[in-house]
Amino acid sequence: MGLKEKLHTIKEKGKGKKWLPAFEAVHTFLYTPNETTHSGGHIKGADDLKRTMTMVVLALIPCLIFGMFNTGFQHFQAFGEPVDFFSMDAFWYGFLKVLPLVVVSYVVGLGIEVLFAIIKGHEVEEGYFVTGMLVPLIVPVDIPLWMLSVAVIFGVVIGKEIFGGTGMNILNPALIIRAFLFFAYPTWMTGDKVWVSGAVERANEMASGADVAGVSGETILGSLAQGRDFAYSVYDMFFGFIPGSVGETSTFLILLAGLFLIYTKIASWRIMVSAVLGALVMGLLFNGVVNAGWVSEGSKFYSLMNTVFWHHLILGGFAFGVVFMATDPVTGSQTNKGKWIYGFLIGFISIMIRVFNPAYPEGVMLAILLMNVFAPTIDHYVVQGNVKGRLKRIKAKTA
Amino acid sequence: MGLLSKKDAKLITDPLADNNPITVQVLGICSALAVTAELKPSIVMAISVMFVVAMGSTLISLIRNIIPPKIRIIVQLIIAAVLVIIVDQVLKAFAYELSKQLSVFVGLIITNCIIMGRFEAFALANSPWRSFLDGIGNSAGYGIILIIVGFFRELLGSGSLLGFKVLGDSIEKTGLYAYGYENNGFMLLAPMALITIGIIIWVQRSRNTALIENN
Repeated sequence: MGLKEKLHTIKEKGKGKKWLPAFEAVHTFLYTPNETTHSGGHIKGADDLKRTMTMVVLALIPCLIFGMFNTGFQHFQAFGEPVDFFSMDAFWYGFLKVLPLVVVSYVVGLGIEVLFAIIKGHEVEEGYFVTGMLVPLIVPVDIPLWMLSVAVIFGVVIGKEIFGGTGMNILNPALIIRAFLFFAYPTWMTGDKVWVSGAVERANEMASGADVAGVSGETILGSLAQGRDFAYSVYDMFFGFIPGSVGETSTFLILLAGLFLIYTKIASWRIMVSAVLGALVMGLLFNGVVNAGWVSEGSKFYSLMNTVFWHHLILGGFAFGVVFMATDPVTGSQTNKGKWIYGFLIGFISIMIRVFNPAYPEGVMLAILLMNVFAPTIDHYVVQGNVKGRLKRIKAKTA
Repeated sequence: MGLLSKKDAKLITDPLADNNPITVQVLGICSALAVTAELKPSIVMAISVMFVVAMGSTLISLIRNIIPPKIRIIVQLIIAAVLVIIVDQVLKAFAYELSKQLSVFVGLIITNCIIMGRFEAFALANSPWRSFLDGIGNSAGYGIILIIVGFFRELLGSGSLLGFKVLGDSIEKTGLYAYGYENNGFMLLAPMALITIGIIIWVQRSRNTALIENN
């Protein structure tokens, strides 16, 4: 008897047992289930949930690997022993820093999913597959692992399971996890130290009296919010050789991933395009306000308002959020017209938060969470509008 | 119980769990979110509400037969207002710091749905002794939730209980903090109070499935 049959008999035996969902999770991960329905006509799409999720994770892998290189590169750069970007030194350092984040995110998140599947007695859902990969990419690399676990538990339980699990959540779980960290442990999520690996540690050493040079770990947005200049070129910003959360820095790779997701029809191009439009419009508005001379140079909003409007697209987590989070099919708008409105407002509000709230220089997280809440409302009015339009046409015809 | 008949005892025990004003009737949420960032104000708030509801219910019940039905709400409000002012003045006189912390929420006890609810639904139709017990029971049910929420918010948010640093000193890095533990600032914000109450409701309903509404 082959392994496949053996596993199948185990499954038969386990019917109704508590551990079955946990077993099945592993089983369907390794093999295609052989259950088929026996009645009715069914249309079977090749892109089931698992395949969709795998595609997104595939699109995230380049960002992850780039993030490892960048973590090492930024660390050595800041500590005054620069290495080549694509060097083994940089990669190895980053690998050892980022891998624990990935492992903790998956182990804790999937642990909760399996636990809930067992309690509720349903199959383990694949929902955490993408979230688990997103989470390590959107946190500062030095975040303590226990904080990450607490946030993941919170995000999966409060963000997803209490609404009924995968596909029922109203807010993006990865963003809930980030927002939780952001509000719970702000010293690890904002400021001018956390974005370069080792900078916090160095600051603590200095505080305890060690004679070492301080290291800055400031993001460009952070510098701008403080009204300071920064020393990165547009080239650096676009390709991602800048400090930031692990996987969000390279707009180039995110753009490629976005094209891949659009090509495979997994993410909505409408949301991406309209979000970019929204950001550009808001950026242009701010530039216009500055050019009209309504803001003095002494204003605390001046540097961020004066940022060239399209630079906003390649700064901070905007690109990452728009490509991977705003397009989440569960929490975004479902109707085509709704997607335009939803995406546009995400872009628009992201830049607004960025400029007007220097305490939270990264606006895209809050903008997406906010629009997640409004997505069903937008859809409702789009559908109602459609219904009204059709009723009018019928009346015109029959009259 | 020798002191209370079974029926009377139920007046006190029911609101503590299966008919809790906050988690089952979902009343008085507003103040439960606002004052529970620390344990001490939660306890003071619980006691204040208990005083107002118990005394108010008794007073309303005593005069229930002479209140003209048309102006009964006004009468109830006046009684509640008088009692709230007494509480407010006592707090200001003997616990000024606390009363500043509770700020407007002591005054707002008057608009607490639990108070009007008990006056209107119970005290107007029952004897003073039963009304008193009902007031005690309901405000105790309210208070117990406040104290649970306050306990967790202060413990996880500030690492202390009633001001004592039970988890160690977060600045000098003693106790748990020496191992890298940090306070959860989110617990001090109102959304986390709502989520904490939500979790209490979740736990309560999974223990007692009769409370789950069927739609």
